[in-house]
Amino acid sequence: MDFKSSELVDADSVVGPRAEDTLPSSATAAVKIVIVGGFGVGKTTLVGSVSEIRPLTTEETMTQAGVGVDDIAGVERKTATTVAMDFGRISINEELVLYLFGTPGQQRFWFLWNGLFRGALGAVVLVDTRRLEVSFDVIGRLEERDVPFVVAINTFPDAPTYPTEELRAALDLPAHVPIVDCDARKRASSRDVLLTLMRYLHSLAVTPEHS
Amino acid sequence: MSDAEEKKNEPEWNEGDPERLYVITKGRSGSTAKATIDLVTLIVSRSGPTSGMQPEHSAIVRLCQSPLSVAEISAYLHLPVSVVSVLVADLLADERVEARALVPPAQLPDAALIEAVMHGLQKL
Repeated sequence: MDFKSSELVDADSVVGPRAEDTLPSSATAAVKIVIVGGFGVGKTTLVGSVSEIRPLTTEETMTQAGVGVDDIAGVERKTATTVAMDFGRISINEELVLYLFGTPGQQRFWFLWNGLFRGALGAVVLVDTRRLEVSFDVIGRLEERDVPFVVAINTFPDAPTYPTEELRAALDLPAHVPIVDCDARKRASSRDVLLTLMRYLHSLAVTPEHS
Repeated sequence: MSDAEEKKNEPEWNEGDPERLYVITKGRSGSTAKATIDLVTLIVSRSGPTSGMQPEHSAIVRLCQSPLSVAEISAYLHLPVSVVSVLVADLLADERVEARALVPPAQLPDAALIEAVMHGLQKL
């Protein structure tokens, strides 16, 4: 078999989920929420604090050369760049599973967003007040894509605190977009961020003019 | 997890060789598979692996004895989602696995679905 030399997976050595991490066979549907933010803002921490499984990492590849160009001559010279995304899982009930994906907000990672946001319930923009600039681009991009989102300020001990309305003005956020403080290390706090998003989505579902 | 630890776990840039991934998918880009297979599509095996299956296919069939999302398959196999999508599409075509429906985007935002998620989160 000529593809033998290409094997990337040794089927016998693959370590699958631990018994307690398997989903019941009654699981029939899954939904996803995307956590977006800059490096080190606490995306993986937030995912990990509410996830029922230890966060897993999935990779996607991006071809470096000739972005947006059909560069046939360069094919054999192309290298791929791999970007990792951490994600976690919450079983909502016997049938429904919620997945949380953390993805970097910087513009060079936006190629990941097409598959990620298709069918997503919404997004959480996780913000570090010491580095607001990443959030500007992310928020603009989410608005362009009509992805409903809430903003969560991860309260680092040494980060400056601002009144919510000052941040709303700084981030140029419409009045209806919720802003909450959180401590991504704490399960209850991270859960409340997700609940804030769900309440916001619910308000959009019953008053569709913002959606 | 501290911020420093998190940074260590954050996405990294790696220069890789795409050629091997190209070979195991036999050169298909997965554009047809991507239309129906999402990161959170749940995949369940219909039976066990059989001899003569490509190792990657066999590994997926083994992993999916209970439902597993495409993202989880990708994580456990250490293969990119785009590659896993192509492999899962093969298995779907051969009726080795079944895909459980993703909540279609057209239904969103659906108040009943959102209420179900809120109810689940409140139990955390």
